[in-house]
Amino acid sequence: MQKFTTHTGTGIPLRRNNIDTDQIIPSRFLKRVSRSGFEDALFAEWRKDPDFILNTAPYSGGSILVAGTDFGIGSSREHAVWGLLDYGIRVVVSARFADIFRGNSGKAGLLTVQVSEDDVDRLWDLLDREPQTDLLVDLSSQTITTPESVIKFDVDPYVKWRLEMGYDDISLTEQHADRIEAYERRRPGFLPDCRFQSA
Amino acid sequence: MGFTLAEKVWNNHIVHHEDGSPDLLYIDLHLVNEVTSPQAFEGLRNAGRMVRRPELTLAMEDHNVPTSGLDKPIDDPISALQVQTLRRNCAEFGVELFKMGGEEQGIVHVVGPQLGLTQPGMTIVCGDSHTSTHGAFGALAFGIGTSEAEHVLATQTLPAAPFKTMAVNIEGELPPGTSSKDVILALIAQIGTGGGQGYVLEYRGSAVEKMSMEARMTMCNMSIEAGARAGLISPDRTTLDYLKGRLKSPQGEAWDEAEALWLSLSTDPDATFDAEVTLDAGSIAPYVTWGTNPGQGIPITGSIPSPKDFEDERERKAAERALSYMGLEAGMAMKSVPVDTVFLGSCTNGRIEDLRTAAGVLNGRRIKPGMRMLVVPGSMKVKAQAEAEGLDQVFADAGAEWRFAGCSMCLGMNPDQVGPGERCASTSNRNFEGRQGLGSRTHLVSPAVAAATAIRGTISTPADLN
Ligand code: SF4
Repeated sequence: MQKFTTHTGTGIPLRRNNIDTDQIIPSRFLKRVSRSGFEDALFAEWRKDPDFILNTAPYSGGSILVAGTDFGIGSSREHAVWGLLDYGIRVVVSARFADIFRGNSGKAGLLTVQVSEDDVDRLWDLLDREPQTDLLVDLSSQTITTPESVIKFDVDPYVKWRLEMGYDDISLTEQHADRIEAYERRRPGFLPDCRFQSA
Repeated sequence: MGFTLAEKVWNNHIVHHEDGSPDLLYIDLHLVNEVTSPQAFEGLRNAGRMVRRPELTLAMEDHNVPTSGLDKPIDDPISALQVQTLRRNCAEFGVELFKMGGEEQGIVHVVGPQLGLTQPGMTIVCGDSHTSTHGAFGALAFGIGTSEAEHVLATQTLPAAPFKTMAVNIEGELPPGTSSKDVILALIAQIGTGGGQGYVLEYRGSAVEKMSMEARMTMCNMSIEAGARAGLISPDRTTLDYLKGRLKSPQGEAWDEAEALWLSLSTDPDATFDAEVTLDAGSIAPYVTWGTNPGQGIPITGSIPSPKDFEDERERKAAERALSYMGLEAGMAMKSVPVDTVFLGSCTNGRIEDLRTAAGVLNGRRIKPGMRMLVVPGSMKVKAQAEAEGLDQVFADAGAEWRFAGCSMCLGMNPDQVGPGERCASTSNRNFEGRQGLGSRTHLVSPAVAAATAIRGTISTPADLN
């Protein structure tokens, strides 16, 4: 997993609440067999509209999505997180996230930043007025810095630590390799394996 | 204070415990299918990782494979690619794979138990929510996401959040003509599709003790439809009798060691559950769903409810939507609902006992002219067994189609689909909008009701045939 310490980039004001994962990535893209290359699938239906924010410069090159409340509701598809990352989004800012989406994000290295609805409004206004504004997201101090203000955000300490170290769950578990081996030595000998002659 | 079965299995599998982080559990068996695994394998490849214990991993082609014309290539190029990808991944990572048409192929939740791979006290995961089926043996078995599947492939462990326990007591004697499918549909109708959220359900009581392993699997299978994380049953004599002599069951002294351990796993008399619900088996009737979630079910003798019957605003809205999607009028007798298609199969009801029950009803009869009935055995072994017993002939003589094994019409990822607006009586587990095909209308039923419905053309029980 990519480490996350600080990130500076263009903010994308996506003024919609209740953005569900079906909108983030429509179901027809779930038939794919790859884990990468979902950038074209991100908001695929909405992007058909030439006025959609991601079709508008400079937002199309943005990397910090500032979205309405209850982002990521609906289906648990991990593809939603993959689509955002593949497009180049590193941070999603919202006043509230769906649990599963937030969990999936933490696994894949996408930072979800929860701030108040007022802060979201202020960010939207700023990004509308000054589209070229860079936002600075700093995980260790848990702040977003704009030319106008510094906004504090909350993040789960366990997830924060993992992101800062760049640990995904797998690399964390790999640190317990000796414990896994010790466990394997104690497993009863009668447990089955999946080796067959005539598969 | 004692422990419940689920807690014992959990505690036996803790590799690492640390306050403030999830427990790291060892996984005894990881089942893999063609649809949810490609990204997990790609993740391994990108990170340069191996499968830690390929011999504890079994892959299956079941979700999107055709159930007829297996000699020809798969028509749908996307399904074909998913199957090819699984084959390539299994070859590269050294994972055993059962290919479509092969002797041991089938729905992975049917195949695991019949091989003896599913044993009491194990932890079993699969990128499929109906992994709960394996709980019938007293295993802790649950569905996982793609990242988690990758985690298990790489480490043979999984960080897992704690659960709560719920006792589901089913006491008494099931009336003739009812089955464990009716019990689980009745339970979900009672507690709702979110009633089991956060819980592992333990099915207990005299009615459960009398059930066969296959009947128990049907019930555990649908635990997920109650929102539960898993469902399980204490291992007992019935469990041991089922396992004895299976290909992967322990033999000789190893069996004795295993048996002692398995029988010690039962919930201790002084253990407590976080919640409890009790069902009177004697009052259970055949259940049929009328709506678009598995909790919207009623006894077959009932009538379609009216949205007005629901006090809760959201449930009223949901009922209105469901009735309009299903094309049903409030007040209609359930038994008057006409059906176009009958599907007998799936990991819920695609086992040999299910086929015997349905064949018993169909024997010497014909399905209604114009009715389409698909019989899809849960595995190639079930198919072979049914053919040895002559059941295929009974189905063919009745006018039903006899197919190869797979998930088939349960989710309509292969060509077996219910058409838009068509109505299907199905022995599967989900009646969501479009589940069996775009615009399909599904009524979940038991195998006996499925067979009787095929003959009469309206929702029926075998008793209605006389
Ligand atoms: S039969 Fe249906 S429920 Fe069972 S594994 Fe296949 S698709 Fe899932």
